[in-house]
Amino acid sequence: MGVLSFLDRDHTIAEPGYSRWMVPPAALCVHLCIGQAYAFSVFNLPMTKLIGITQAAPNDWKLTDLGWIFSIAIFFLGVSSAVFGRWVEEGGPRRAMFTAACCWAGGFFLSAIGVYTHMLWLIYLGYGVLGGIALGIGYISPVSTLIKWFPDRPGMATGMAIMGFGGGAFIASPLSVWLMSKFSTSTHVGVAETFIVLGVVYFFFMIVGSIIVRIPAPGWKPQGYVAPTQSKGLITRNDVFVYDALKTPQFWLIWWILCLNVTAGIGVLGQASAMSQEMFPGHITPVAAAGFVGLMSLFNMGGRFVWASTSDYIGRRNTYFVFMVLGFFLYCAVPYTGSIGSVVGFVCAFLVIISMYGGGFSTVPAYLRDMFGTRYVGAIHGLLLTAWSMAGIFGPVLVNYIREYNVTHGVPKAQAYNTTMYIMAGLLVIGFICNFFVKPVDKKFHMSESDDRGVEPVGMRAGARA
Amino acid sequence: MDNTHQNTTTPLQLALAWGFVGIPLVLGVIQTLINSMQLFR
Repeated sequence: MGVLSFLDRDHTIAEPGYSRWMVPPAALCVHLCIGQAYAFSVFNLPMTKLIGITQAAPNDWKLTDLGWIFSIAIFFLGVSSAVFGRWVEEGGPRRAMFTAACCWAGGFFLSAIGVYTHMLWLIYLGYGVLGGIALGIGYISPVSTLIKWFPDRPGMATGMAIMGFGGGAFIASPLSVWLMSKFSTSTHVGVAETFIVLGVVYFFFMIVGSIIVRIPAPGWKPQGYVAPTQSKGLITRNDVFVYDALKTPQFWLIWWILCLNVTAGIGVLGQASAMSQEMFPGHITPVAAAGFVGLMSLFNMGGRFVWASTSDYIGRRNTYFVFMVLGFFLYCAVPYTGSIGSVVGFVCAFLVIISMYGGGFSTVPAYLRDMFGTRYVGAIHGLLLTAWSMAGIFGPVLVNYIREYNVTHGVPKAQAYNTTMYIMAGLLVIGFICNFFVKPVDKKFHMSESDDRGVEPVGMRAGARA
Repeated sequence: MDNTHQNTTTPLQLALAWGFVGIPLVLGVIQTLINSMQLFR
């Protein structure tokens, strides 16, 4: 096992003088790759014409069948981050990144075989299951490492990595379209070849990330940084064991805060194009709507960095209060912008809303670190991501079904989303209440110095807690 | 242990690492921004 020992946590300890600013690009190598998931829809239409080429043949796959690929992947993201969280924490970031790279590339290769042999279940297994596991492991792999390298700015550090997940689609979308155009001929749709190239490119990128990533040596701290000697407000100086965190009300309150914030955002993110056109018929064309969706993606990505960095100054709890209060007023304002025909007001409201959706993802690791300490923050974060999977079901269902109900009951399309907007605002009120009840974790859950559960992660106790 | 050691990471290594992830990301953002301008046409 000599070669694989390179992946061990012990072989990942930074040598003296290693710059911590090498770690964010290592994290971005992984997050930019797995962020491709947001751009998977570019393959949907070409995969409905694999046999018919120019138009769908009777034996071609249906869009509804293909929609399951992304759903399975997001489901396995939540499952794998929860199941493998402790393994990721104790095995170190390099092993996790390497595993994520193998699963992510393997998922693309298996899917390429699925496309080539026209067996949809192979794509479900490849991109859905294997890719979903890569998403879960890859997503949480650099989070706790970044928090340990940046104890002075944990929000900014995790915001940088999670921003990459939002930005991955910007690279994947044009790259995939360009590759498919290169591999497609008049008798063939080049999806399988594109999958293979993407698998190779992403594997290379993620392996580079796993090579340059390091964990801080025992006792390391940033120059000039003086760690607080005792807990202050919600920020603890103690660690909570990963499975003990599940017994605390704080974990479940933050679980609901994330779930409600994501539910409110994810529903409109998926329907933004249709919603904008239906609320402003004649004013927002399909082309303009596509531009609106692109702009929302930029704010989703930017919000991840800006809000998480802001939370370092105003505190995590206050940041979520801003999300809930500002989100409430903006959701309530959306029907009004529709009624007065204010496209500018509508666009501005949603851009801020979607920035807070992204900010909710990137601020939560630092929130967990404040509540449960640094030792198992990655694993606890993994457990928390099940809230994302749940929100992935709630959000689109709320938007789609309520709109459908309204339209079938005679509500004009321009007003069909009003009820949904008020429900989203209501969800944020519940989120506000949950956030209000977040208090410091009871001392009985704190790990003692002699606690020997799990493996003592190198460079953590004396480092971040120094 | 304080971070008082001389840096072993060179500026070139840092530039390469950030360029490796930054250049594709910036290109993608510019492309998306160009597409987004259709909203204002």
